[in-house]
Amino acid sequence: MIHVQYFARYREALGLDGEQLNDTQALATLDDLRQHLLARGGVWQVLAEQNLMCARNQELCSLDEPLEEGDEVAFFPTVTGG
Amino acid sequence: MAIRVQLEPFDPGAEVNALHAANLGIGAVVSFIGYVRDFNAGREVGGMFLEHFPGMTEKSLAKIALEAEQRWPLLNLQIIHRVGRLEPGEPIVFVGTTSAHREAAFEACAFVMDYLKTRAPFWKKEDTAEGSCWVEGRQSDQSAAERWHKP
Repeated sequence: MIHVQYFARYREALGLDGEQLNDTQALATLDDLRQHLLARGGVWQVLAEQNLMCARNQELCSLDEPLEEGDEVAFFPTVTGG
Repeated sequence: MAIRVQLEPFDPGAEVNALHAANLGIGAVVSFIGYVRDFNAGREVGGMFLEHFPGMTEKSLAKIALEAEQRWPLLNLQIIHRVGRLEPGEPIVFVGTTSAHREAAFEACAFVMDYLKTRAPFWKKEDTAEGSCWVEGRQSDQSAAERWHKP
């Protein structure tokens, strides 16, 4: 089981701020998870963006970061604070 | 170190004075204050909404502040960042650094801002005449952060 959150422009495009995914044992990395979501088609193509950022358990990471059961993952566009 | 992520406005002058008053061994205070502009990318801006990732926001700011304290001999470091609704002219962010001599405070303040802009999970959505739109990240911010990367 993986908990996924979406922020800012992605949250709006998907109409969803987060979801729980079950049967995620086959997903080895954050990129596997992203590909799994992209396969839904339509609005999910927003996650194909080059400048997508991601976090695992509230730490910024790259898409090749390993994924483990129970992880909290977030996908979001480039940050623009400050 | 102190980190505050808050809906409420703050008074930058009072924050600077408080940083200095806390320790008379401080020889230098450097502060950066970022404000909401009434104009961006060729359009008038009537205000903005700042979204963030509660939990991760505080952790990422603390991590940046800790790295600054490890790299420079600081006496104190404070970060304040607003979230939610903001009006033109309001302060968005405050970074204050204090040290015995100016160099550490100057460099640490610039470092914290460059890392905050590229690593802390905040997103600005500006109100314009054409509706509200998300601000896009800038390559110049990435380049500014890269100058602090260790070899």
